[in-house]
Order: sequence, then structure tokens, then C-alpha cells
Amino acid sequence: MEDFLEIGGKKIKNRFFTGTGKYATNEVIPRLAKEAGIEVITVALRRVDLTSPEENILNYIPKKCIILPNTSGARTADEAVRIARLTRACGCGNWIKIEVISDNKYLLPDNYETLKASERLVKEGFVVLPYVSPDLMVAKALEEVGAHAVMPLGAPIGTNRGLKTKELIRILIDEIKLPIIVDAGIGCPSHAAEAMEMGAAAVLANTAVATARDPVMMAKAFSMAVEAGRMAYLAGLGPVKLTAEASSPLTGFLNEESG
Amino acid sequence: MSFYETYKEFCKFEFDEYFKKITSADVLRALAKEKLDYMDFLVLLSPAAKAHLEDMAQKAHKITLQHFGRTVLLYTPVYLSNYCSNYCVYCSFSAKNKIQRRQLSFEQAEEEAKEVFKTGLRHVLLLTGESRAHTPVEYIAECVRIFKKYFSSVAVEIYPLDVDEYKTLIDAGVDSLTIYQEVYNEEIYDKLHISGPKKDYRYRMDAPERACKAKMFSVNIGALLGLWEWRSEAFFTGMHASYLQDKYLDTAISVSVPRVRPNLSGFKPLCNVTDSDLVQIILALRLFMPRVGITLSTRERASLRDNLIKLGVTRMSAGVSTEVGGRTLAEEKSAAQFEISDKRSVAEITQMLKASGYQPVFKDWC
Repeated sequence: MEDFLEIGGKKIKNRFFTGTGKYATNEVIPRLAKEAGIEVITVALRRVDLTSPEENILNYIPKKCIILPNTSGARTADEAVRIARLTRACGCGNWIKIEVISDNKYLLPDNYETLKASERLVKEGFVVLPYVSPDLMVAKALEEVGAHAVMPLGAPIGTNRGLKTKELIRILIDEIKLPIIVDAGIGCPSHAAEAMEMGAAAVLANTAVATARDPVMMAKAFSMAVEAGRMAYLAGLGPVKLTAEASSPLTGFLNEESG
Repeated sequence: MSFYETYKEFCKFEFDEYFKKITSADVLRALAKEKLDYMDFLVLLSPAAKAHLEDMAQKAHKITLQHFGRTVLLYTPVYLSNYCSNYCVYCSFSAKNKIQRRQLSFEQAEEEAKEVFKTGLRHVLLLTGESRAHTPVEYIAECVRIFKKYFSSVAVEIYPLDVDEYKTLIDAGVDSLTIYQEVYNEEIYDKLHISGPKKDYRYRMDAPERACKAKMFSVNIGALLGLWEWRSEAFFTGMHASYLQDKYLDTAISVSVPRVRPNLSGFKPLCNVTDSDLVQIILALRLFMPRVGITLSTRERASLRDNLIKLGVTRMSAGVSTEVGGRTLAEEKSAAQFEISDKRSVAEITQMLKASGYQPVFKDWC
């Protein structure tokens, strides 16, 4: 049976999502999207310039990709809603990654404002993927208001530190019915695989790809790691034990006697 | 609470005495830390750190790449007016200088906007001399509305305002403010600013904070390097930026590192700031504040600017004129605020960035 991630009525095979920021040249974006088989790609509306064909980042995203515009630059729910409406007006579709960040030092999301924006944008018919600090109550509330996924951070954006919030993300995976997409802080393919093995629905990483010496090869590496992690999750990982398990068990005689 | 209190705390600090005690080992220790405090920042500004510029550059490059990627945001300044009510000894626009004064009408401003728009830039910085009489807030707000029709981001560099006045400009479409303290040393400030409203050191120092209170998206500060001993001036710039960043999380703070340029005032810098000193300042700022934006203007020559990109610069101006109506009223020359050094067009800067493996970013706001 084929394994798809379904969000907003779309079936997604490649569970590795990436972004469009920080590249030395936008020309690398279509190449890596093609070679790594990227299906979902995020783009900041603040970078979209419809008045300039060469500079319009949308022109570099392959047509078959799902564009996940984000509200980067928004500090409040109102600003996020305004930017989301603009993305729709720009022809970016109706998916929106809600990013509300009022902390310029660590770039941590404002969960409260994100929740408010999510509620409003769901009502306006958007496919809403909110970027949050992993918090169970907020994730529950997002589920309640009709968000389509929850995107908890693994570590602060751009830090490449990996799954530092692992225990909190694990709780979200266990308790929230929506797809949990780990976003931010993922520094290398093994981090991405780790998230997928836990049962994350997908992983989004941008900095690690964009700042690699060879972004195309790194995007492929991430796609493969995400796929491997997903397969391991589906295959059913063996339980982790603290001690070795003897191959000649001490109570083996019980079976022998009864047999 | 104001940054002035921090300034007061350190203004009697014996910088030279402290720097004498800094050793190479102190520099290496500061460099090895992930999060630097202000004492580490001072260490990196010390003469001892001069021997470690390459190590500092490697780390600064890595941090910048991580946070900003291989991108440099481009913008250009547009001078709306050169009327000024201040007498500052180092500036061409000084009220005392007998230069041709000019102010763009709204029609001329629109022509200038159209001309800049053709270059592909979508970020613009509007400047005036400091004259409330000639360029009241309402005039600036109207110019902002005109430019906002064409540009994604409109920043201003104007005389300091009250919180409500900053709000007026934000409502008109301004997202960023640039305002330089010029010189943090209060005594020197008093000597260089002979007369006019700018003489009020405190009102100017608190202007970036008032903009933060008004919910400005981005605030850019700096000291005019060369007006006083650069190590302490760079230290206060970093401390001021850090103060604002800590207190106003929702405003993006950035710094500029302008060096005094030749201008009509004939002013000679009180302190020499060499290329190596400028590099040290940029690196120390980047390592102290990994997320801070660093802006580099065309005051610096082309070859130096090209080399500084990799050290932590995140924003550059291009296609610059420091004259009022410099792009549309070319036949009637007005005085430039200062001589620019890098005269390259937007296309030339774009080409240079691409050749260096960087993406020139024209639009990063909406």
C-alpha cells in the first residue's frame, strides 16, 4: 500500500519539505526540487516580487510543487492574516504556513498570536499549517480551530541543532491527530530521520540545505533520510532496552518442561 | 530606563587601561564562546584582538551564513531635502554652509521614485536634512505614501521624532528607521554640534527607543566613525543595539558602520579609522550580536566593500546619489551630503554579488 501524507486534500509522497531562502542563487531551487523530488516548498511572501520576472522567486519553483507561502515578518495575528490574504491575491494558492515572530533575537514563534491567526485563516478557507513552539495545549487548541497540521520547532530557526525539543514533540505526535511536521533547527539528515522514526509526518529544513556546499546533494540526502525514517517508523522499530538480552534466557526451562 | 543610563555607567570607563590588560589568550577565550557578553565584546575590540582578525573573520562568516544565508539586501537612499537647522561641524548640509538648498515637491518625489523603481530595487531609504520647518512630519509622510506606491520597504533617515510622530510615519508606510547618534562621547557630541535642535544629545539618543515603542519593524543605529576614538564608539554602538534588542524583541535591530567622508565642511576626522579597524568593528559586532543586521554604505570604496561582504555585512546600498533629486534633476546640481566612494550602479553591484557567490535581494518586505 502506498504511503501518502494527506493535507488539505493533497496527497504528498515526499515528506521532506524545504524552503527558498538563503541561497546564493535562486537558480539552484528548481534543480534541487527536481533532483530531490521535492513536492512542498515554502516561500516568504516578503520575498515575492510580482513586478520583476527575474527576481520573482515564484518563477523558480517547479509548477508541480505545492507552494507553502509563509507569513515571515508578521509580529501579530493581524499582520499574519494580512500577509496570508496577500499570498492568495498573488496566486500562491490557499496553503499558508503561519509564522508569527515577535522575537528578533531567537526568532521563536508567538504561539498565542499564531493560534489567533490560525483560527481566522481557517475560517477564510486557507489550508493552515502553523509554526509553533511545541506545546500540547496550543496544539490541542489548533486542532480545535481546524488547523491542518502543526509545525513544532526542533530547535530555534537556523541553528542546525537538531531535535532539542524531542520529548515535547513526542507528546504532540502521541496526542494530536493532525500531522506533526517538524520544522526549524534540523541541521543534518540524521536529525530528520530521527524525527521521522518517532512518527513525525514530515520534516521541513531550509538553512541546512541552503548553506550546504552542494545544496542539491544535501536536499537529496534529506529526502532519503526522511524516507528511511518514515520506513523505519512504518516497519515498527524494536523496543530500546537498557541491558543486553541473553540469548539463553534463565527461565527457558519453563518452556522446556511444559513442552 | 534609557540607554543613557548604560552610557553613564560606562562613560568614565578607562578603556585604554582595560585594553592594556587584554592578552591573546583572552581573545581566544572570547572567540571560543558561543554567546558573548559585553566584556567579550570589548576584548574583541581591543588592540590584542588585531592579531586574531582572521580567526574572528572565519567565525563571523560562519555565523552570518547560518543566520542570513548567501544573501545581501540592496537598497538606495533618496534625498528629499537638504534644508537643515543644525550646525554640525562635519556635515555638508550644516546650516552654516552656503550651499544650494533644495527640496523635492511631491511631483518631483514621484519622478525620483519612478526612476529608482526602474533599477529593480524595492527597498528605499528617504532622507532629509534636519529642518522641521521645511520638512515637517506631514511632508515626509506624504513622500512616504508616494514611495510606498512603488516600493515594498520605505525607510527614513530624518530628524528625531516623538513616539506619536513615528506612529504617523508607520501608518503612512514606513517600516524602518535609521538614526545615528553620530558620536556617543557626550562631551565631543557637544563640541561637534554647535547649534540647532540636534544639540540635544539625550533626545537623539532616545530616538531609536521611541521608534521601537511606536512599533517600528526595524531600527538601524550607528556612530559616525572618525568623530571620536573608534573602540569606545563601536563599544557604545554595540551596547546600544544590544540594549534595544533585549528590550524590544519585536523590532529588528541593525547597525551601520559609516566612516567620515570628505565633504563641504572641510572637517578633518578627530580619529583615524583604518580599513583594518573597520574590519575589526564589523567582526566584533557580528560575534557579539549574531542576528544583528549590518549595513554598509557607499562611503566605502568598491574593492573594500566587495571584501567586507563575507565578514558579516547583510545590507548594502547601490546606485547611490547623496544629492537632492540626484536622479531626476541632474542638470541642476545640488550639494551632496558627502562624497560617495562606490559609484557603481545597481546592475554593477548585482553582478559583483553574483560573482562572489551571493544573491542580491531586492525585495524582503511586504
